[in-house]
Amino acid sequence: MVSAASPAPAPAVPSVVVRHSRVTRLWHWANAVLLYILLASGLGIFNAHPRLYWGPYGANFDHAWLELDRFGPWLTLPAHYDLAMSRHWHLAAAPLFAFALLGYMLWSLGSGHIRRDLAFRRGELAPRHVWQDIFDHARLRFPAGAAALRYNVLQKASYIGIIFIVLPLIILTGLTMSPGMNAAWPWLLDLFGGRQSARSIHFIAAFLLVAFFLVHIVMVLLAGPLNELRSIVTGRYRVPEERP
Amino acid sequence: MSLIFTRRAIMLGAGATLAGCDRIARHETVREALFSAENFHKWAQRRLMARDALAREFRPDQISPFFRPNGTSNPNTPEYKALWRSGFADWRLEISGLVNRPLSLSLPQLHQLPQREQITRHDCVEGWSAIGRWRGVPLALLLDAAGMKERARYIVFRCADRMGDGHAYYESIDMIDAFHPQTILAFALNDQPLRVANGAPLRLRVERQLGYKHAKYLMGIEAVEHLSGTGRGKGGYWEDHAGYDWYAGI
Repeated sequence: MVSAASPAPAPAVPSVVVRHSRVTRLWHWANAVLLYILLASGLGIFNAHPRLYWGPYGANFDHAWLELDRFGPWLTLPAHYDLAMSRHWHLAAAPLFAFALLGYMLWSLGSGHIRRDLAFRRGELAPRHVWQDIFDHARLRFPAGAAALRYNVLQKASYIGIIFIVLPLIILTGLTMSPGMNAAWPWLLDLFGGRQSARSIHFIAAFLLVAFFLVHIVMVLLAGPLNELRSIVTGRYRVPEERP
Repeated sequence: MSLIFTRRAIMLGAGATLAGCDRIARHETVREALFSAENFHKWAQRRLMARDALAREFRPDQISPFFRPNGTSNPNTPEYKALWRSGFADWRLEISGLVNRPLSLSLPQLHQLPQREQITRHDCVEGWSAIGRWRGVPLALLLDAAGMKERARYIVFRCADRMGDGHAYYESIDMIDAFHPQTILAFALNDQPLRVANGAPLRLRVERQLGYKHAKYLMGIEAVEHLSGTGRGKGGYWEDHAGYDWYAGI
């Protein structure tokens, strides 16, 4: 709180700051490419058996909780149905993606990125604060000045949710579908309730990522696409001016 | 109008990027890089698992109500039909190649050998799974009886079913999987003699790999040093004809 008696000058906010570290930018663009390949080839693999089940087993005569038509050729990799090639793309991209995530998690912990930028601060999780943030988002009022340099509570929650919950979930459920990994790490089967449950969770997590991607793009467009794009390519971010 | 335009633009964009991926994948080096992921997965999995690490075995109440057959559901060749009509009385399993004592075994002879029973999950490369109770002879027992020559590195399985192009089905595994305790030649599924749809009279179970490795309608087993002499050299029908990974633990 700034006291009324001695109006301390607000700390000067430089007009351009380095918003994203080199590691974050590299990881971001590696993910953009890898997740695109993983999603498109994953839909190609899904097309081989577009039914999902809960439990350890599931085939055509068992109850499916979801049954879809095949995804169209403009969504799958390769465009034509080729299970072997879809698998080659998927299984080549998956380890790169997994080790990149592991590396980024370790770097985030070691460099203080989590503590500094992602950890919730005191009071941020108070219902009033969260509601205010939701309200501001709904009215498309984005923070300016010094406040724009920090992630707001919804951003923090989605980044933490993606990095520490959805992405590990999609990697571990992917491993659970491998019969070799089932022998190596049988606890994976117990963790997810069987191979077909793991396959269902893998699919759901993929669509959570698609939802995240769509919201992410909308937010970038609303917040000023050129400035945002520049900050994730070069790191440099022009701080929006405080509203009078 | 603008919504339709955006939708069209996204579709074109997605289509163009994917077409780009398709094109790069035709490049020989990219293809090799994509196919080499198999080596990484095989290396990583084999390091993470004990040599004899077991595939999960299930309880009887977890067995699939109906076990969906994989691959060919009936070879339907005149030779196979003749064997089937005789109740497989004339069928023999030939064990040959780099062995000290080639063997020719009838179904009753196989039944007299020590057996193993296991309730395991069958995972098709397509994504579905079925759980069944298999009974059969451990492959290790037969390989020991035949006596493997020092040079033998792979076991090739010859099958009675012919694929669309007339080629007989074949598959192969290495010695780590061949001598694994759960690798059996199964003659019974869910307490019944193997039905034609499931690979009668005898099929391979190699439980740490996907369904296409589990060769059905077995006619012969051959110990070899290299896979180059089998089919087009990649070690299996689908490996040779559709580009599937030879290591199917993934």
